[in-house]
This record gives sequence, C-alpha cells and structure tokens, in this order.
Amino acid sequence: MDWTDADAAEQARKGDQQAFRVLVERHSQSIFRLAFRMTGNEQDAEDTVQETFLRAYKQLHRFDGRAAFSTWLYRICANCSLDLIRARKSRKEQQDSTGEGATAHWLERVAARDPSPERLSQSRQIANLLEPALQRLSEIERTAFVLRHYEGCDINQIADVLGVGANAAKHSVFRAVQKLRRALQPAWEVGAR
Amino acid sequence: MTHPDEEQLVQAYYGEIDDAFHHHLEECPECAATFDRLKEMLDSVSDYPVPERNSAYGAEVWARLVPHLPLAQPRPGWLRWWVLGPVLATLLTVAFLAGRFTEQRQTGISTTARERVLLMAISDHLERSQIVLTELVHADPQAADLASERDRARDLVSENRLLRETAVHMDDPSVVALLDQLERVLVDVANSPSALPPDDLAALQQRIESEGLLFKVRVTGANTREKGQKL
Ligand SMILES: [Zn+2]
Repeated sequence: MDWTDADAAEQARKGDQQAFRVLVERHSQSIFRLAFRMTGNEQDAEDTVQETFLRAYKQLHRFDGRAAFSTWLYRICANCSLDLIRARKSRKEQQDSTGEGATAHWLERVAARDPSPERLSQSRQIANLLEPALQRLSEIERTAFVLRHYEGCDINQIADVLGVGANAAKHSVFRAVQKLRRALQPAWEVGAR
Repeated sequence: MTHPDEEQLVQAYYGEIDDAFHHHLEECPECAATFDRLKEMLDSVSDYPVPERNSAYGAEVWARLVPHLPLAQPRPGWLRWWVLGPVLATLLTVAFLAGRFTEQRQTGISTTARERVLLMAISDHLERSQIVLTELVHADPQAADLASERDRARDLVSENRLLRETAVHMDDPSVVALLDQLERVLVDVANSPSALPPDDLAALQQRIESEGLLFKVRVTGANTREKGQKL
C-alpha cells in the first residue's frame, strides 16, 4: 500500500484501522527515537510510543492536514513525553532514573560504539554529564533542543510542536544550548589536550 | 557587521544565518574561535546513542496497540480483532523466539520489552477466551446456536498453542498449566456441532464451572497484564 501519510490519515479518520496501521508501522521508529531522547530511558520511551499512537488515533478528527502528519505526531509524542516526565517527577522516581543506573546504561552504550581509549574518556565525561544535564533543562528547553539538534526540525516546526511563537522557540533552543554548554564544561577541560 | 552574539552563533550552527555572518567569521579570528568551541561542544552531544529497533518494530507496536484502540463500529471492528488475534500471536511468538535464541540485543527489541509484549498478548488472548467461555456458560441449553462461539474457539485454539509454546520458553508453569486446561475446553467447543444437543451443552457448562476455569482465566489474565505493565 503506497499511501501518502495524508491519504492514510484521511482513511483512518473515516474508521479504517488498516490505514492507521500503515501510519503506525511507518512512524514507529522515529517516534521511538524522539521518545527515548525526550525521556532518557527505554521503558518510558516504549510507553510513550504506545500512548502517542493511542492519542493520535483518538484525536484523528482534529488532524486537519495543515501541518505534515509527522509533525503532528511529533507534537503528540512530545506532549506524551512531557506528561510522563512530569508524572515521573511527581512519583519521585527521578533519583532512580537520573542516578547511577541511567548513567551506567548510557556509558555502556557509548563504550560499545567507540573503542578508542582517548575519545572514550572524553565520551565518558560527556556521557556522564549529558543525560543529567538534559534532565535539568526545563521541559520546553529539552523538547526544543531535542527537536532542533537530534530531529533536525526547523524553528517553525518546533514552535508548532510546543504551541509557542517562533521567537520563544528560538530562545528555548538557545537557553538549552547555554545550559548544556555550562554543564559539559568539565568534560572539555579534562578532554583538552 | 558587528560581532554576532551568542544566540546568533547558535543559530548559525543550525544553519539559520546569512552569508554576512560567514564573511565575518572569515575576517574575525575571535568569533571564529568562539564558534569553533561551540561547534565542538554541540557536535559532541550528537552521539546520543538510542537503542536500536529492528525492522519488525512497527508491526510490534501495532500488535500491542490494536487491542487498545477504541472501536469505531463495534461489530466489524470486533470481528477484525478476532481475525487479527492469531496472526499477531504468530508474529509475536516468532519475534520472541528469534530474539531469545539469537540474543540480538543490539539490533532487536530488548528482552524485557519482548517479554512485556508477550505478556500483553497472553492477557489479550485470555480476555478473548473469557468472552467465549462466558457466553457458553450463559447459553440456554434448550435454544442455543453456538456457531459464532465455535468459530471463535477454532481461532483461539491455534493462538492458544502458540502462546503455550511461548509460555514454556518464558518458564511460566502456571500459565502453561492454565493454557493446557483452556485448550482442552476450546478444542471440544471447536469440534462441536453448532446446534449442540442440550445435554452436551449442559455437560460442557458444568465442566467449565467445576474446573473454575472462567475464574482462573480472569485472574490470570489480570495478573499477566499487571505483570506486563510493571516490566
Ligand atoms: Zn567577530
């Protein structure tokens, strides 16, 4: 089935579940990546993926085709991630997921990909610092940064996802970069030859 | 052009700035150095490893999602769910066993996530079985047309076998035992004529009740779901 996203969304809105299936299968990978970078752990990302598609299905009647379907889905995913992060904070699970466990996880993944010892030590430094630093960004800053840096969204798309103006979106990206820069500073001092 | 501020440098990194800026960098070593440091920092965080998902991931997400989708038109949607059930179970079982035996942790869905999918599939299966059993238990022996229950029981039998196989690999003896017990009843229903003689139906009903099967299916279904959600 070579449906465009717009066609599939239109059919799905009329109640065709198979059309929705096309959309789910097509976008699952990218939604997972976004959810993982937003939440910082695999299980939360999986839950977010499920919730994103469930919400999308329930809200299909609100999709007017003005933005691309993928942008619309990103917005839902970003919001689901934010809901989950807030719930996690309120459950005080924050400590578990930002503490040793998450960093160790992260280090394992970095180590598996970069065997060179010199780069590894700096990668380790950055790895140590990055996820906790991302966790300390405000929700809007983290969303803006993840969309800009990892997903390659432009400012208008980010503004659309966040439901804010272009200037506010631009400024959120900037604040996020500033904070990350400060947080990662020690890695550069150690890593500098 | 005056020296660009920090925010403009960030914009420049993301390719949102004009030629005048690049011109300035060529002529101003101070800004060029600042920009290089920024670039190095931002490049370094690009390598944010995300666990990989294999090409079957979309289908797995759909399989987990479909039992939770609200149904637009109750009956056709519901029928589709029935038809889809065994297919999904097959897909999930194959994915589970493949991942389990090749230990493809890097390329596949993680073991935990996979177990979760399976627990959800078992729970959905038990839910569907529960509906059939409930209908059977409440059928009037004097005037029962069991064609629909029989057809669904046939689908459930094959799904049941696949999931039993999986439960064996997951080392979950209580679920295996329940699926064994369930299979015997489902097979009998699947092989019965649609117009079951009143005595036979009454006997079947009594069997379901005396074995406490409906209750076990309900409790195990709920426990399995809860276990899956906690993983
Ligand atoms: Zn300058």
